Amino acid sequence: MKNRFNLIIIFIFLSFCFIVLYKGLNNSNIYTPKIIDKKDIPVFKARDFDSNIFIASENIFEENNYYVVNIWASWCVPCRKEHPLLMKLSKNQSVKLIGLNYRDNLNNARKFIKELGNPYDQILIDNNGTLGVEFGAYGVPETFLIDKNKKIIKKFVGPINQEILEEIKLIIK
Amino acid sequence: MKILKIFLIIFLLMGFTQSKSDEKNVKLKYKILKNIRCLVCQGQSVHDSESDFASSIKLIVDKKIKEDTSEEQIYEFLIEKYGDWIIYDPKLNKNTYILWLLPILIFLLGGVIMYKKVLIKNNE
Repeated sequence: MKNRFNLIIIFIFLSFCFIVLYKGLNNSNIYTPKIIDKKDIPVFKARDFDSNIFIASENIFEENNYYVVNIWASWCVPCRKEHPLLMKLSKNQSVKLIGLNYRDNLNNARKFIKELGNPYDQILIDNNGTLGVEFGAYGVPETFLIDKNKKIIKKFVGPINQEILEEIKLIIK
Repeated sequence: MKILKIFLIIFLLMGFTQSKSDEKNVKLKYKILKNIRCLVCQGQSVHDSESDFASSIKLIVDKKIKEDTSEEQIYEFLIEKYGDWIIYDPKLNKNTYILWLLPILIFLLGGVIMYKKVLIKNNE
């Protein structure tokens, strides 16, 4: 009876360990922050890329408009890859594109835009990365979709692809 | 001359208070940065990491400490942006119940098994 009890305990313990480790094998060990609930857009002031004047977030994001905030830099190779898709998205009248130039050399950033085209309605300068943190970003490129109530509803880590573009188009339709 | 002495004492006292407060802020900053996980070099704290993300977080923590934001409020700000995982020492909430309670449960289970064993041995 005693041995049987011990065996059951050992079996339960080993099964538990097996399940935990097996589940762990299937999970990626790289953590990616996700947006579970809708989040308010941060309140901030940032320098405008063209005019170099400080602009408050209230004057950038208006209600009843969808916005895509894209964090990019001229030194970021995946940003070049996603740029043609952003150019395509910029033709859509239902959304405004806001670029966040992340930790970049302004001359290089201007060359980048001149070379590949400007998909953005407005570009903001984030020279120390703190504005990116306000949005909950941790690298480049990252893209955020903001709804008509000024809430961040989607976050895409890494370069956007055709599938993501279609997803954005479906939401803003 | 007397006024000069009084000014000198006030000046020294102010300098002393300022350096004490700076020292406290440096210690607090060190404690917070050691407790924040770098999301780029996962496995390293923000304090130890040299990534762009870590340097941005360092700037934000520094700014918030200077604004007299409390340690708890700084963690709350970061958790709101990146989730519980960013803190090495997560707080007890619905996502971390198992993490906090499982060791206690295992400890209690071990205690019950040992108690039973001792009881059986004494009865024999």
